[in-house]
Amino acid sequence: MDDDRTLDFMARLDAGDKIEAGDFMPDAYRSELIRLITLHGVSEIMGTLPEKEWVPRAPTLYRKLALMAKVQDEAGHGQILIRVVEDLMAPLGRNREHIMADLFSGRQKFHNVFHLEVPTWADAGLIGWLVDGAAIITQGMLLGGSYAPYTRALRRIVEEEGFHIQHGESICMALAEGTPAQRALFQDALHRWWPSLMMFFGPPDVGSPTSHQAAALRFRIRSRSNEELRQRYLSKYVPRIRALGFTIPDPSLHQDPQSRQWTYTPPDWELWRAVINNRGPRSGARLRLRQTSYEEGAWVRRLLTDAGKGAAS
Amino acid sequence: MILQPEAQSLLVELLWQMADDDFVVALRASEWLGVAPHFEEDVAFSSIAQDEMGHAATYYGLLADLGAGARDSLAHLRPASARRNSVLVERQNGPGSYRELPHFDWAYALGRHYLYDTFESLRLDRAVQSSYAPLAESARSIRREEHYHLLHHEAWLRAFEAGKGTDGDARRRLQHGFERAFADAGDLAYSAPWQSGWRRTGLLPDADSLGQEWLDRVSRRLLALGLDVPGAALFRNGRLGQHTPELDALLADASEVVRMDPGASW
Repeated sequence: MDDDRTLDFMARLDAGDKIEAGDFMPDAYRSELIRLITLHGVSEIMGTLPEKEWVPRAPTLYRKLALMAKVQDEAGHGQILIRVVEDLMAPLGRNREHIMADLFSGRQKFHNVFHLEVPTWADAGLIGWLVDGAAIITQGMLLGGSYAPYTRALRRIVEEEGFHIQHGESICMALAEGTPAQRALFQDALHRWWPSLMMFFGPPDVGSPTSHQAAALRFRIRSRSNEELRQRYLSKYVPRIRALGFTIPDPSLHQDPQSRQWTYTPPDWELWRAVINNRGPRSGARLRLRQTSYEEGAWVRRLLTDAGKGAAS
Repeated sequence: MILQPEAQSLLVELLWQMADDDFVVALRASEWLGVAPHFEEDVAFSSIAQDEMGHAATYYGLLADLGAGARDSLAHLRPASARRNSVLVERQNGPGSYRELPHFDWAYALGRHYLYDTFESLRLDRAVQSSYAPLAESARSIRREEHYHLLHHEAWLRAFEAGKGTDGDARRRLQHGFERAFADAGDLAYSAPWQSGWRRTGLLPDADSLGQEWLDRVSRRLLALGLDVPGAALFRNGRLGQHTPELDALLADASEVVRMDPGASW
């Protein structure tokens, strides 16, 4: 029975149909979606922390406002995505409390870039420009995916990320056009972040048919491989960074004039694995911050549950 | 608009209080980003922080128009002793740093913001009638936003009301939060040196009744919640430039980047 339904389901996907939360879906599809969207949602939630470190310190009233609005957007994306995942998890008896518990126990990972230090204002600007710039390439690709509630959320997210890039670019431009000390601030940040930006899209697929990339491609959740996205990113941002007169810290980075393919020094994928397994420079501190705040807010969430019961009775 | 020197100094005094209150309360509210009790509140509370920062920018802009200096310098580079905000808004959200390991207290945040926003609304009710047209005009649009802040805090107070039978712990926390906030609220409506001048010039009509009206309103609400009303203590008077070391630390943080090169474009 289920096999027939699965075949019908795959036929729907191949016909370009979009799937809704209440539709039948094979377990493998559901679990691939849960994996992908939870990773995205939790990364947005943990992604508020590196930049929030700079909100009060932003150098002008306008920068303070813009960065606050940006971090608020990330929190909002996290909230929307967690709601999408909660619908998918409901048949499994799981909700956001389980997601947070998994995050704190280390079972649930988040994106490599949010494990890193943000030591200067230039790092905060670079996140807006070059990290969000990478995120929008991934998310733009996912917009055409087969699961409608996720693509609807992504439409809003991608639109807002567009503003984030402008915000980040504007910070970086001010530094680029500024004093020698301001330019040096950005150049240092670029040195710190470049290897992690190269890791952002994940390792190239080594061709294993059981990989998550392969499953997501088969289910039409994604349409491009990690390496295709990285190539696209390099084509978009390397010329811009170089046009500002900054040095990208990879001497072997170049584009083949014929094939348009970029060659680059392969990032240290062992380091990437260590970072996403919570052994990055700020993994422990950020998780401790998030967990402590979450636990210290537990009485408030309990109050709301009680208040809800009180209103219902 | 040409002002007599006495009216100008009365107006500048009023604008310092309004601008510094909103700037400092916005900074404190922004420290909650990403660590509010639930995801939905992260978004809601950040909107409030942004509104307050926007209001501060408006008031510093009015001061800049009066020749007080550049807007961003007024916000970032004045020492604590020049600040005229209430001590209520400058206190830490709790022990620990927002960057490393905050131990923030939501009940205190709610108590502080409820007391402050109630006060701010009453001050704006008067400012919309100010004889200084640019202030009256700004106050009209700011008052619309403040209305939503009060609705937000009221929704939380109702949750405490609805949940009070099942969790005495929450109620104790709220009482304690209000006690901490009240302990610094004595300077909020302090205006003895300026109130007759504000009345005479019409810059802030009815400034004299502001303190009592504020106290009546918040007292009624606390009593309806079944809470004790602590006295508003005057610990240090922020309106006279008396502040806590917590404000020094907050301002050092807020100006850390711009002080690297105050002349540069950021």
